[in-house]
Formats: sequence, structure tokens, C-alpha cells
Amino acid sequence: MKLKDNVKINDSGFIFNSTTGESFSLNPIGIEIMNLIKNGKPYNEIKKIILEKYQTEESVFEKDFEDFTGILKTFSLIDNN
Amino acid sequence: MSAKKKVTVAVTGLNAIDSPGPGVSVIRALKESKFYNPRIIGLSYESLEPGIYMHDLVDKTYQIPYPSAGTESLMKRLDYINKEEKLNAIIPNFDAELYGFMKLEKKLRSKKIKMFLPAFDQFEARQKINLNSFGEKHKLNVPRSKSIGSVDDIEKLHYDFTYPIVVKGKYYDANIAYNAGQTKSYFNKISAKWGLPVIIQQFVNGSEFNVVGLGDGKGNTIAAVPMKKLFITDKGKAWAGITVKDNELLKMTDKFIKSTKWRGGFELELMKTGDGKFYILEINPRIPAWVYLAVGAGQNIPEALLKLALEDKVEPYKSYKVGKLFVRYSYDLIVDLKEFETISAFGEL
Repeated sequence: MKLKDNVKINDSGFIFNSTTGESFSLNPIGIEIMNLIKNGKPYNEIKKIILEKYQTEESVFEKDFEDFTGILKTFSLIDNN
Repeated sequence: MSAKKKVTVAVTGLNAIDSPGPGVSVIRALKESKFYNPRIIGLSYESLEPGIYMHDLVDKTYQIPYPSAGTESLMKRLDYINKEEKLNAIIPNFDAELYGFMKLEKKLRSKKIKMFLPAFDQFEARQKINLNSFGEKHKLNVPRSKSIGSVDDIEKLHYDFTYPIVVKGKYYDANIAYNAGQTKSYFNKISAKWGLPVIIQQFVNGSEFNVVGLGDGKGNTIAAVPMKKLFITDKGKAWAGITVKDNELLKMTDKFIKSTKWRGGFELELMKTGDGKFYILEINPRIPAWVYLAVGAGQNIPEALLKLALEDKVEPYKSYKVGKLFVRYSYDLIVDLKEFETISAFGEL
């Protein structure tokens, strides 16, 4: 999973896709996960970091993560692989 | 630093209304020129064009005759204006007036009034009714289109087109029709307003982009800035937009300029489909009203166009700032009756 080269994200969670001109806002957990993706962390490491930090079930994380990355893919913000 | 070059430039398109003419944006750009110190002469058609009353931008305005009055009466009026103002250049900004100015280009040049307009064949080739052959000739993707002159032609459209289709006026107006009934209704509405033929274009689904650019007439790109509309008025005009970077889009713009040897300013209206392919929907042969975004992003296109017209050295722009936005606004100018009276009665202010 990799953030596309044409996609910029700032500290406040504002995402700008310079090819399409679209922009998006992330909530705090979205920023955290997006930064982990941006820093090249693999899925298993992201899961470990989030589950250690927040009290949540693994299955809930997995579902929410899939939903979130699905949206990112729909808007062409991350590469599909 | 050397002093800026003094020039007197006449500009049309002062109708900064909800479907704005480009004149006021062009003037703002010229006023910010680092090379020129321009005296701006506004050329207006009607007494309520807002630019007439923007005295910080327009030094003097003269009314000119509508294009329908013919080039002779336009020339007569320009002769009078030139006698008063000693014009160095004119920047026409309306599609409908371009033909007349193009016809007068040689004559005006002999009077030392310069313009930088497309050639007649370029102007004609990119007309909506010629877009198919234009695309074929220059190997540019354009949606399939056909001119029709009668309601009877609509029933046969399904042989060549798949609904939805876009029903367009010769110069202006576009509506999406989902069946023959809607097509007939739009055909009648558009032909009553803009005359015949009416253009039928295959609807292309995707994201719309616009490019403002400038060609030097020799196939070189002097400037090009792409934009994505972020907010559109009910007339389909951009009220906010953002500069974007898409190499395919810039490549297509370069190809358009190189292949047509485009001379002057232009706007490309394009659609990017889901598979990343760009289609040119329209080519406007003049600077668009949103050109000031390009200035804000680092490319002063009106200044560069003026340099080309006046044969001053012009360097092609190589970059622009991505992610610059424009947000348009409306503003109520307070005008003394005396001013309205003067422009209405004497045709100048």
C-alpha cells in the first residue's frame, strides 16, 4: 500500500490530489493511519500499532481498515496493490 | 531596474457578470505586468458592462458597434479611438467579435495597432461543427459529433450515437438529452436562440478539466495552465477552480499547439474518462475569464500575449504553482448617474 506521488497530506489531515484537483479531510484516526501508510508501514505493522494504542477488537480494526482503504482506493489516493 | 515600457492597450469583454467576459481579468493581469506600464482602453458594447466603471483598472472606455454592424463600422470607430488614444495593441476577448478583428488585423497593423489572433483557418477548423475533422486531422481525441439542421434528423441519431448525447448551439449552450423526445425539445430551444445547425455530440462520462494556454503561431507552447472547476454556476461557469498537474493533459495541450501551430490565447475544455483518456470537447479561440488564476499560479498569459503582439521578447513559461485556487465573487459598484449618462449618450467615459 503506497500513497500516490500526486497526493499530498498535511499535519491537519487535509489531502490534496494534484492530478484531479480534489481535496479531502481526515479525522484524527484517519490522519494517524494515513501517516503510517505514507511512511511505508505494511498492513501487519499498522494493525499492531493501532491495536496496541487503542482498545478495539482485531475484527473491528480489520473491517474499518478495509472500509477506509477502500475509500482511499476509490478516490485514487493510494495504489491498488 | 529599467522603467516599464509604456503601452496603450484596448481590451474588450468588460462584462464581468455571472457569465463573465474575460476583459477585466485580462486587464488585472496587464496591470500586474513587470514589463509593461499599460494605459487601458476599455471597448464595450453596452452601457452596463461593469468594467466601464472600474476606474482603477480601465483608464477610458469607448463603445464599439456590435459585430453584426460589420467590419467597416468597427474600423471607423477604431480609427476614431486610435486618433484619441494612439493605440499600440488590441486584445479582443469574445468569440463573436474575433472574426471581425481578424479581418481587420492587417489594416490595423498598418496603423501600428497590433493584435495576436488565430489565423482564419485555425479559427474555422476548431468550430464546433468542424470538431470531428479537426480531431482526425490533428490526431486528437474528440467525441463523435454531427451537425443537424432539422428535427427530422433526430430520429436517425441512434444509428450513430448512444444516448445520452449533448445537444449544443453553434456558439453557446449545451444540454444533455437522454432520449429523442428531450433532444427535440433542446433542438427547438437552441435553434430558436442560436440558429442552425445544432450540434449533436456523444456524451463522454468523466471529469472535466480546462486548460488556458498561449501558442506563438510557430508550434511552441508559451504558456499552459490546467484547472479543475470546483464550483459551477447554473450557467455552467466556473465560480471556483484549482490548478492541477496532469502530464497527459499538458502533453495533449502541447500536441494541440504543435499540430495546429496555434497563434494566440485559447481555452481547451476536456473530459478525462475513467480509463485516463482525454477528449477535447471544445476549443475556445481566446483567453477565458478565469485566466487570472494562471497569473496567480505564475504565468501571466495576457502579458505574454501582449509581448507576442508587440514583438517584444517572450520566454515560454515552464512551470506553474499546483494547488492554487480562484474563488470568484460579485461586488456592487456604486456609480453616479452622470457616468452612466455619459457612456450612454456619448459612447465614451
